[in-house]
Amino acid sequence: MDDFLLRALLAGLAVVLISGPLGVFIIWRRMAYFGDTLSHSAILGVALGFLLSININIGILVSTILVAILLILAQRQKQLGSDTLLGIMAHSALSLGLILISFVEGVRVDIDSLLFGDILSVSWSDLSIVAIGVITVLTVLSFIWKPLLSLTVHEELARVEGVNVSLISAIYTLLIAILVAIAMKIIGALLITSLLIIPAAAARQFSRSPEAMAVFSVIIGMIAVALGLGASFLWDTPAGPSIVISASAIFLFSQIIKRR
Amino acid sequence: MTHSENSIATLATLKNINLSLHKKSILHDVSLELQAGKVLTVIGPNGAGKSTLIRILLGLQPVDSGTVWLKPKLSIGYVPQKISINDLMPLTVKRFIALAKNSSAKNGLSVLKEIGVAHLAEHDIKTLSGGEFQRVLLARALLKKPELLILDEPAQGVDVLGQSELYEKISELKDQYGFGVLMISHDLHLVMQKTDQVLCLNQHICCSGQPEDVSNHPEYQRLFGNLPSEGLAVYTHHHNHCHDLDGGVVVGTCKHGDHSHDHESGHNHG
Repeated sequence: MDDFLLRALLAGLAVVLISGPLGVFIIWRRMAYFGDTLSHSAILGVALGFLLSININIGILVSTILVAILLILAQRQKQLGSDTLLGIMAHSALSLGLILISFVEGVRVDIDSLLFGDILSVSWSDLSIVAIGVITVLTVLSFIWKPLLSLTVHEELARVEGVNVSLISAIYTLLIAILVAIAMKIIGALLITSLLIIPAAAARQFSRSPEAMAVFSVIIGMIAVALGLGASFLWDTPAGPSIVISASAIFLFSQIIKRR
Repeated sequence: MTHSENSIATLATLKNINLSLHKKSILHDVSLELQAGKVLTVIGPNGAGKSTLIRILLGLQPVDSGTVWLKPKLSIGYVPQKISINDLMPLTVKRFIALAKNSSAKNGLSVLKEIGVAHLAEHDIKTLSGGEFQRVLLARALLKKPELLILDEPAQGVDVLGQSELYEKISELKDQYGFGVLMISHDLHLVMQKTDQVLCLNQHICCSGQPEDVSNHPEYQRLFGNLPSEGLAVYTHHHNHCHDLDGGVVVGTCKHGDHSHDHESGHNHG
């Protein structure tokens, strides 16, 4: 196996290790569009990274967290619906990012790889950043798992039982931001949410408990990464979209099993 | 009443609570007191501020003015109004109970047994009937060993037979553990027998007192008089008193004109 393919596979498997358990909460809490908005704002982070000459991953992390804070504050007003607000933020952040990137001098920025990822060009140093991110997210998530699950089931009940709902929600949002920062290179701003949603939705069918659903979601994500990279290698299809289509195929398969 | 006058049995008091949300008055000058071993039922039409009242007691809703006093370290068990769980989440009853703070596999199963739903432990929570679900919520609230149990329309989505069973169960548990109960209900007739005090709320307190007094109060009848309660035949009573202007009970015949009414035709009870 070629070295670059091995790195791509490792990076993909590492990312689904966290997109699985984070993703089940995205679909339980009906936050798909929220995830989308955060990942679109990563483009803004890339622009910040270039313009301020800071590490791109840090730039993405900062911009996603800023957008998340802005969203949480903006959701306190009730005039605009939450989805309208998210739509405005998502596309504004994406567009602003693209405009800012166009100002960056001397660097040819590959817009395609920002939007759809470039998993086949993952380097060993990229991979180490991914590893750090994955370990951080898994550690923190294991600590907040129970209160996060409790507030997902019923926020008010959790609050009455003493769960600090805003703190736990904020930590969860931060974990999504970390995922976005490390998954940008691998799957791209437009497709990150698919790794959160599709494996989780497919896993529902096989799961009898929340934890089982998280685990199945990881397994399905891993199969999708392997299938997608395989297809990309064999038929030279774009890697990121191939991974997404593999996940969708597994989802369809899970729905067909369900009908029987 | 000041706090120093509170006996040990007082769990919580609200005093002259005022609250407006989005420039709309929700609660106006509402006061109440909750005591250990007593059941207070709040009734009122939709939008009367019943759930808001509960949210205030739970510390989820700040008030504009007035005093909220809770006994220090008061343990509150809360049974929320109709809760819907996302279909995409697989969750057994056992697991749902285990999500409560200070739960363990052992005490989780024992509260389910106590409420009579232990056989449902392995069922997915979304497959339960309304009555079963309410019992599971009740079990979860009991895990906290509450001194005060707060229930927001516990009978919603439960059939009539299930409702009286549910109220029976709550009353039985109350006698056993001695906790105070605050309950919201739509239908006074169903809860009457199990209630010590009724508070009729429509943004302000319309009337309060023992259930039989409230059901004959003109304010109550104005709000609920036309509800079809015949056929339920859950509670019948005789009464021999009416209210003075402060809402207090006056034993004897009603003297003032607007309070005199024909008891038999005033409301229908089987």
